Parts: sequence; C-alpha cells; structure tokens
Amino acid sequence: MLKRATFILTFVVSLAILAGSALAAPPIKIGGLFAVTGPASFLGEPERNTAQMVVSEINASGGIKGRKLELIVYDTQGDATKAVQAANRLIKDDKVSAIIGPSTTGDTMAVIPVAEKAQIPLISCAAGSKITDPVKKWVFKTAQNDGLAVAKIYENLKRKKIAKVAILTVSDGFGSSGREQLKAQAAAHGMQIVSDDTYGPKDTDMTAQLTKIRGSGAQAVICWGTNPGPAVIARNAKQLGLKLPLYMSHGVSSKKFIELAGDASEGIVLPSGRVIVADLLPNSDRQKKSLIAFVKDYQKHYNAEGDHFGGHAWDALMLLKGAIERGSDNPAAIRNQLERTRNFAGIGGVFTYSPNDHAGLAKDAFVLVEIRKRDFALVK
Amino acid sequence: MHIADQISQYLLSGLSTGAIYALIGVGFAIIHNSTGIINFAQGEFVMLGGMLTLFFLTALKLPLLVSIILAIAVATLVGIAFERLAIRPMKNASPISLVIITIGGSILIRGIAMLIWGKDTHALPTFSGNDPIQLGEATILPQHLWIFAVTVIVIICSKLYFNYTISGKAMRACAYNSRAAGLVGIDVRRMVLFSFAISAAMGSMAGIIIAPLTMTSYDVGIMLGLKGFCAAIIGGMSSGLGTVFGGIILGVLESLGAGLLSSGYKDAIAFIILLIILLVRPQGLFKKGDTERV
Repeated sequence: MLKRATFILTFVVSLAILAGSALAAPPIKIGGLFAVTGPASFLGEPERNTAQMVVSEINASGGIKGRKLELIVYDTQGDATKAVQAANRLIKDDKVSAIIGPSTTGDTMAVIPVAEKAQIPLISCAAGSKITDPVKKWVFKTAQNDGLAVAKIYENLKRKKIAKVAILTVSDGFGSSGREQLKAQAAAHGMQIVSDDTYGPKDTDMTAQLTKIRGSGAQAVICWGTNPGPAVIARNAKQLGLKLPLYMSHGVSSKKFIELAGDASEGIVLPSGRVIVADLLPNSDRQKKSLIAFVKDYQKHYNAEGDHFGGHAWDALMLLKGAIERGSDNPAAIRNQLERTRNFAGIGGVFTYSPNDHAGLAKDAFVLVEIRKRDFALVK
Repeated sequence: MHIADQISQYLLSGLSTGAIYALIGVGFAIIHNSTGIINFAQGEFVMLGGMLTLFFLTALKLPLLVSIILAIAVATLVGIAFERLAIRPMKNASPISLVIITIGGSILIRGIAMLIWGKDTHALPTFSGNDPIQLGEATILPQHLWIFAVTVIVIICSKLYFNYTISGKAMRACAYNSRAAGLVGIDVRRMVLFSFAISAAMGSMAGIIIAPLTMTSYDVGIMLGLKGFCAAIIGGMSSGLGTVFGGIILGVLESLGAGLLSSGYKDAIAFIILLIILLVRPQGLFKKGDTERV
C-alpha cells in the first residue's frame, strides 16, 4: 500500500516538474566572479550590484528571446586560488554559458587557463592589458587598458610644453602596471622621467617622496594609485606648498577622492571614464544614453552613485546580451558573436571587438577631467 | 632645493610619523608590562578611535569634542569587554595562546567594523585648520602639533602613573611576578583589566588625532599596529621614553630611506631594523644589560 502511494507521489511530482519545465524554457545561466570582499572589494561590490541589477531588469522586461537569465555569483575575495576554484564550480557544477569577471587582473590571469580549457567565454572586468594581449580565444575584457590613460596624460603634458615628469606609484598591481606603462610610453611622447618613486598602499605620509620630487627638477607629478593614498599625496603636496601640476590616474576618478582630499584636490587633472561627467557630455556623445541610464538605475536600486567599476559589469552583461540575441546561448556561439561586436556604446567606451582585439576600446574611452571647486570639469 | 633643506623636511616628516608610531607603541607596552602578552588587537583600538569619532560626528551630528570623548569611552569599553570575554576566561593559558587570541580578536573587531561602517575610507576634519606651518625650509601641519602634544602628555601621564600611584606600581608588580603580586594582596585580574582599558583608551586617542591626516577605514589598524609594535620592540617594551625614541627612530629612518635611497624599500627598512634588534638586542635599544624577569 505504502509502495503504491510512493509510486503515485513520485509520478505526480515528476509530471509536475516536466510540465513546469515545458511551460518555461530553462534560464540561461551566467556566472559572475567578483571580489566582493577583501582588498579589491571597491571593485567587486559595485560590479556584483550592477550585474544583479542588470539581470533583474533584463528578466523584468521578458528576458533574452523569451528566456530568463540566471546569475550565479561567487566571491573571489581578490584571491587567485579562490577565483580558480569558483570558476571550476561555475563551469562544472553550475554549467554556465559564460562568465563575467573576475574583478582584478591577478584573479583574471589565474582563471584564464580554466576558461580556455573548458571553452567558456570569459568577459573580465579587470584593467591589466596582459589579459587580452596576446589575444586569447575565449577571453574578452571591458575595463579600459591603463596604457590609454597614460597616453591621455602625456598628450596633455605635451600640449602644456612639459617634458620632465616625476612619477609616484603605489606598490600594488594597479600601481606597478601604471608604472610600467608610464615608463614604456615616455619616450614616444618625448617625456623624461626624472624621478621614479613608489609608496605602500597603506602608507599614511608621503612627504618624503614629494620632497625628493621637489628637488628633482620635475615640472609635473603623475601619481598612480587608488584611494586613500592619492588623497594623502594631494594633502601632503599642499602641506609642502608644492607648486607643480599634479596628475592622478583613473583609479581615483570618483567623488570619494574629492571628499577625502578636500581642498587639496583643487586643480588636479586626471583621465577618467565618462561616468562621472555623464551630465556634462554634449548630446552628440554616443555613450551619453547608456551612461545616463546606468547612473539613474544604480541610483534607484542602491541609492549610491554608479561608478566605472559597476560600469565594467554593465558593459560585460550588455555585450553578452547582444551576443546571445544575435546568436544562441551556446558558449561557442556567444564567443563568436562577442567577437563580432561593433560600435557598442557602453559605459567604459565604444566597444569594437575583432579577432585581433579583445579589449575593444580606443584612446577616446577616456576623457581628461580637472577638479574645480570640489567637482569634476571636462578639460577641453 | 638644497639637499640640506630636503633633509630637514625628511627629519620633520619622520618625526611626525614617528610620534604616531610611538603613541601606538606605548599601548602595546602597557599591556605587555602588566600581562606579559603582546596585544595584537592594539591596532584595532586605533581604528575604533577614528571610526567611532567619525560615526558620532557624521551619523549623530555631535560636536567634535563630544564625539572624541564618546569615541574614547566606547573604545575603552570595547577594550574592557575584550579582556573580560576573551582573555580572562582563559585561565592558566600560556602567553602564546593569549597572543593568538588577541590576533583572533583583532580580526573579529575589524570584521564587525567592516559590517557596521562599510569598507570606505573616510576623512575626519582637522582640529585647527590646514594651513602649513613653516619651520625653516620644512613644513608641517597644525595637526602634527596636536600629535606631538598628545604624545608628550600621554608619556608624562603614564610615567607619573606607573611610578607614583599605587595602582600603577601594582601593575608593574604584576608584570614582574604576578603570583608574588597576588600574595601581597594585589588583585592581579583587576590590574590586567586596567591595562586593557588604559591601552584601549590610548590607542583610540592615537587613532583620533591621526585620522585627519592619515584618514581612517576599517582596516587602518593592521599597518599602524605593526609599526607601533616595531616602535615598542625597538624601545624594549618600555611604556615611557624608550618607545617614544623607538617610534621616532623608525619614522625618521623610514622617511630618510624613502627620500635618499628608494621609496620602494621604506617598509623593508622598518622591518629589517626590527629583525636586527630582535637578533642583537632583544631587550630593546635602551634597556641596560640583562633584565631577565624572575
């Protein structure tokens, strides 16, 4: 008797499951690897938030080709080992069609072999140029290369007829990548680096380095780092009465930097993605529509200002959406369609991928901004 | 700019960072001297000072002075709670296990701070303006003067306390031999509690006066705590001038190293000094001869 009851129950349940799956097509699974906690959480947190926001919006408007998206996010904690474990889990257990992230260059480099071997498209949100140079078949990225930001600064210096610069970079992955680019591109732009200094990510006083720079004959200082170091440097420069023009990297292009540096931020020039100056852009700007939509959405969902980092995840998901719409949710089809993306105006810039270019952005992905009266202004 | 002018700025910068290290180092020394353990959660008290002040200042909109007093009070309570909940229940634990407990405690406090206040860095307003003060060719900020003043006052107070008050003397007695101290009627557990309260208050005070310069976030305690620890080691774990000199030596060498050699080696310089001192003079630079505790 009991046996028959079990049988009927099993039958009914499996019928229900079958019926359910027949009614709604299975969701398209997308993996997310973000450093939500740990030292790179300033990247991972907005990226995860944005990814969740975009997915819920796509689903609310009917999904892609009638199929919902399912986002599975794991926290890499900015740790390459955890990133690899999570990537394996996404591919083997969750069977995702594509992966977005990781947030840092280190995590991404560790995950690349995994994605390549499993033949799953990976759209990294990290900036390091070595991610897509040389081109890897299954790997794309949305964050702007550091080299583009360096070129933007050097061009501005050249226009001001400045040839001798001092560089002050943070001793972590972001800073050393910037330092490499600053040194590599100096000669091509006619720049001479007269002082090359570093500081620790947790350092609290950089007057020693700035004093050295003051004695080095430099005509401008370029500082490469993420908060809070550059804010300390801006304040130290003011304390020392350093009159040299101060350039920062895109690592501090948010209102947070102005808040931390206070009045010392006045006059600092930095390359930046267009997010922070979305309102100031002319209407002819191709990215303006995407930018305003992203900023407004983020404000609505999280009551905070959307930043570049969230923008990288926004771009990755939208590129993915475009690729799936044009093709299918098969990993190989997604990869092929991603590579055929042309003139997609996103947050980080206007993307055009090709078989030889999986970074997809040109120098115009950055604009130069100057901090005036505690706000950003476009430098013409 | 002449090299002499540069050096005067290096010295002044080193002096001001050194004073910060010293102030944090004294907190390490006080707990070590009354309990024989190194409290690695000391850096977290520094963080709590800055973050709590910020919290009272911005979230509750209290005036700066009130915020500071409240922050020190709350941090002291955290120190007391830490001793009661984490250190005292471990009866007869060896110092090494207690040290490990303090490391665990520091991670816990940091984690809670991250959950409550988030991961952002914040700046506190300076106490008396941002206009640099010119000293010869070198400059410092008014906030540095606050740091110097507070360091001097704290050192004088602790000197007076440990040498001239009954409870200060009792605390020292516990350090030399806690069993003997117990036999002559000193409540050893109370003294340990006191030492945690005092060093938490001191650490939070350090965190508050440096926050306008160095900014503050949930994880500032790690590096500042380590540097303070170095200062205390160089000074031979003295709660007085030894640690102050330790901090200043550390700060000045870091600054000179960054300026004259290469800034890449700045932290290396600090930790090489620490290693050399631990190897050559484990009793610290300023302690005379063999002071093996009986």
